[in-house]
Amino acid sequence: MTREAYHKALKKLEDEVLLMGQMVANAIKKSVESLQKRDTDAAKEIVKNDLLINKKRFDIEEKCISLIATQQPMAVDLRELASILSIITDLERMGDHAEGIAKINILMSNEPLVKPLIDIPRMADIGLSMLDKCLKAFIDRDTETARRICNEDDQVDALHDQIYRELLVLMMENPRIIRMATFLTWVSHNLERIADRVTNIAERIVYMVTGKMEEINVSKY
Amino acid sequence: MEKVRTTVPEPIVNIIDLFLYYGKVEALKKIALDISRKNITSFIGPSGCGKSTLIRCLNRMNDLIENVTIEGCIRIDDQDIYSPAVDVTELRRRVGMVFQKPNPFPKTIYENVIYGPRLMGIRKKGILDEICEKALKKAALWDDVKDRLHANALDLSGGQQQRICIARAIAMEPEIILLDEPCSALDPIATAKIEDMLCDLKKDYTVIIVTHNMQQAARISDYTGFFMMGELVEYSVTSEIFTNPREKQTEDYITGRFG
Repeated sequence: MTREAYHKALKKLEDEVLLMGQMVANAIKKSVESLQKRDTDAAKEIVKNDLLINKKRFDIEEKCISLIATQQPMAVDLRELASILSIITDLERMGDHAEGIAKINILMSNEPLVKPLIDIPRMADIGLSMLDKCLKAFIDRDTETARRICNEDDQVDALHDQIYRELLVLMMENPRIIRMATFLTWVSHNLERIADRVTNIAERIVYMVTGKMEEINVSKY
Repeated sequence: MEKVRTTVPEPIVNIIDLFLYYGKVEALKKIALDISRKNITSFIGPSGCGKSTLIRCLNRMNDLIENVTIEGCIRIDDQDIYSPAVDVTELRRRVGMVFQKPNPFPKTIYENVIYGPRLMGIRKKGILDEICEKALKKAALWDDVKDRLHANALDLSGGQQQRICIARAIAMEPEIILLDEPCSALDPIATAKIEDMLCDLKKDYTVIIVTHNMQQAARISDYTGFFMMGELVEYSVTSEIFTNPREKQTEDYITGRFG
């Protein structure tokens, strides 16, 4: 009684999660790039494309629910579907954070930056590398990598703290830049949240494979 | 590899290294498990895996089949049920059974339910009426049939007939009720009614059910045993079996990956 069609549908769903992950990664990458270039047209494009990410999430969610209703998945299959439902929620929120960065870019318009962007792109790079490894771990059922990803979150948290302190000093020195400096703290906050959400996904991968719910993000921050 | 023996609270049945042979064919291979009192235990597995054979050992129904040899031991309330001292009729009173196809006698509903108690020598109408009402209430059938207790049981629907059979078993005041695929001939609504009723019954009885319907095992049972080719592959708390089974064979079966 092998259930080929059902398992094919599950595989297809995994591909869709990967695709959604790539859409989100792209949005994050472009949001920071367009901020560096102060390209508000690109930022508007990111805001528009977020709708596609949201749509993708609903689409995957519907397919999960339909598989649960029609196939009554059990054991590892059930855990996979439950994990996917959680993973796509995190991915969708990460897309919102990228959109948030794009909106800040639009709000800042043509005003000059209060400082050169060095640590913010570094945060984005680490977050993107975490997401990339996480999506691979999801496909490979690789709990080792999933657990390791959480350590990288600490680097992102450290950078966020550093940026925050730095901007605070700049604001104290020159209160006229408070508005623009606050925008950058928001950008940093969005990137910090993105990395946190990758660790949520990593936890779901561990659950999907082992059946154990555990907190693996033991951050120092 | 020796499997971990799952411990259950308040075991009523202990099956100890049970082997069963049909002639020379080994149908049960060293089955060892305990069944928890006043809980529902389900046995699942592909056809021919030995699950029905096993529950038929619990009230010695296999005695009726020629060429069956049993080794090992089954204890119910610490008594070896295969010991020569055991009165098989009394054992079958304590361990009632309901089969796949509803099999009411071609008699009235009332006569069906009190058949056993009457056979045991109870004659007083008042007592028999009381037994009948109590059993039908427990089988969630009283409201359906109280105004036509003297109608022929065969005129009832399939689901109602099956509940008559359950009431007939309950009327004997058993401790354990065995059900061999009790819903496989019923529609989903009749199935749901039986499932609800079984969940109520476990307040008073130990229920053991063999089912091909994994969702049914998942819905109603507290413990589930998975059998394959005469062996008990895994026995555990139901929620664990269906979310995170220990054995690969169990996982492959319940997710439909072998066949």
